[in-house]
Amino acid sequence: MKISKEKFGQAFDALVPEYQVIAPVSDANGIAFKGVKSFSEVKQDYLNSKLPPKAFFFPQHEKLMSYKKEGKDVTVKSELKVEDTILFGIRPCDAKGMQLLDMVFKNDQYTDPYYFERRDKSVIIGLACSKIAPTCFCSSFGMSPAGSEGSDILLIDLGDSYEVEVITEKGKALAARFEALSDLSAEEQALVDKIKSAETASKVDVANTTSKLDKMFNSPFWDTLQEKCIGCNVCSFSCPTCHCFDISEEVRKNEGTRVRTWDACMAPLFTLHGSGHNPRDNKKARWRQRLMHKFNYFVHNNGAMACVGCGRCIKSCPVNMDIRQVIDGANKAELVVE
Amino acid sequence: MNNIINEIREKARQLLAEGKVDVVIGYEKGSLPLKATPCFVHSPEGVDSLIWDETCENNLAAYAAKTPGKKAIITKGCDSRALAVLLQENQLVRDDLFIIGVSCSGVIDQRNILAEVGEILEAKISDGKISVKGMEGDKEYLFAEVKDATCQTCRYPNPVMEDLHIGETIEVAQDAPAFADVVALEEKSASDRQDYFKEQMSKCIRCYACRNACPLCYCQECFVDCNSPRWLTGGVNRAENLFFQAGRVLHLAGRCVDCGACTRACPQGVDIRALNRKMTKDVYVMYNHEAGIGEEGKPALNEYTTNDPEQFLVKE
Repeated sequence: MKISKEKFGQAFDALVPEYQVIAPVSDANGIAFKGVKSFSEVKQDYLNSKLPPKAFFFPQHEKLMSYKKEGKDVTVKSELKVEDTILFGIRPCDAKGMQLLDMVFKNDQYTDPYYFERRDKSVIIGLACSKIAPTCFCSSFGMSPAGSEGSDILLIDLGDSYEVEVITEKGKALAARFEALSDLSAEEQALVDKIKSAETASKVDVANTTSKLDKMFNSPFWDTLQEKCIGCNVCSFSCPTCHCFDISEEVRKNEGTRVRTWDACMAPLFTLHGSGHNPRDNKKARWRQRLMHKFNYFVHNNGAMACVGCGRCIKSCPVNMDIRQVIDGANKAELVVE
Repeated sequence: MNNIINEIREKARQLLAEGKVDVVIGYEKGSLPLKATPCFVHSPEGVDSLIWDETCENNLAAYAAKTPGKKAIITKGCDSRALAVLLQENQLVRDDLFIIGVSCSGVIDQRNILAEVGEILEAKISDGKISVKGMEGDKEYLFAEVKDATCQTCRYPNPVMEDLHIGETIEVAQDAPAFADVVALEEKSASDRQDYFKEQMSKCIRCYACRNACPLCYCQECFVDCNSPRWLTGGVNRAENLFFQAGRVLHLAGRCVDCGACTRACPQGVDIRALNRKMTKDVYVMYNHEAGIGEEGKPALNEYTTNDPEQFLVKE
């Protein structure tokens, strides 16, 4: 089924009073996901945003609660404020990234209320990629530029209209608001098929990477891998699946806030113990952690790789560390008998 | 250019084969068009990956103190100035360094190219021209059109110290530093300047790529990572971001060699250099000092003379 962009725009605008609507817009620094008030603000033709949309569920610096001591009385207040939200124009890699984050913030024992309050109150309208950047490599992970995993509704751009695919119950409820759905013409169906069968030109072989890494903890591979890394946080902050965080207290006199802040495996305070000891006190250990976490530990814990092939870390790295080459290097590294 | 590359490789091979150095730090071809990537060559067999061209944008002096052993470094003018400051500040042992100097006519700033042609699919550099095939179109640029802003005002294209020079040196016409960019910013009204920095600081995501790319940001514990006392929070907003950026610039007063590595490293396009350049100008005007222009000397704020300006204290 399809909807004309004009009709979709009207439906979109009608949702604005009820929802916080987040969509890609063009800003001073490229494409960013931001709150919009009208479909006319939305950037139509874009590859992907500079930063992933994960911050809408997992903010970079988030107040968890605040507290105040007055005499002997202590008051504690939740700082969680969540609005019904629509995220429009999320690319399939980032939508899949959200599914991977869900695995982190919920397990058989705990559910992170901060993350899931936002997740539960949001609907993701994915938009399939019509153009594929040279740094895109999602097809390496069994995904595709038109994949629907993680989206509640997936749209495919047909020029003047969108093909609409309802993926989840949540998506079905929202799609009921789109009127004037009509059938695709044969030509449009052909275009949909073409977009859906597209693959990224760049691919990396990850078939044996996890089992290879099982045996690589003490490999000399890490010695040289880390040399050129300058240890900044660009790769982690631009990654749709990186999720390490730090919890700290921001206190002034008798009151304070407990905050959760993004951490990163290259950051100096990462895994630093209160004693001053850090089990990962060098770049070699940091890079091993980065690669192992994404392609080994996460796979063992959650059954999926924590990389969606969006290519942001490749584009933004100041020293051109390319994760595809790193994976390839691990695949080819000689095993040392321990 | 090819001769320079051959000479670099030959010298690197010789140094490694003779055991004079443990590692050669240089550049190799990156994984993306118009990108070089730093490389560490440990054996004579590895030297053929070394390259030299207008994409060699990183300041390799940032690796000097962090890389153990004796090292040879492919050194541009700005890299050599950073090495000079590091030596002045006792961060390096001169005998552990072999400086392979190369004169640099500037590096490419990709940002404008990306804005015009989209993601770069292919690129070729020849005879001062850069032809680019992009996702949104093709274009040919003159090198001067895409030269990094830092390189456009560079007065030290030739290394200020070196153990060996490869290739020809570049003549520098300008004998005094010009600060037209800083003056333009100074001439703006306070509120316009405030607006400018508000916009710039709102882009910062505090990834610290600027700090880590900087050869002279080497504090063992950066003030932003100190949690007792805690100078600033992890809050990413204009005020905290400015506190970080301004703090960093003040720490670099009289030390910044204006290599532009911070600005090129920034994934968000923050004009970090605007702050650094103002500081560089002030230090030049007040102390007639330029950082790291020779092996001897001290950073401006490490020296005291009775003639030092004191306008901030008394009328002069």
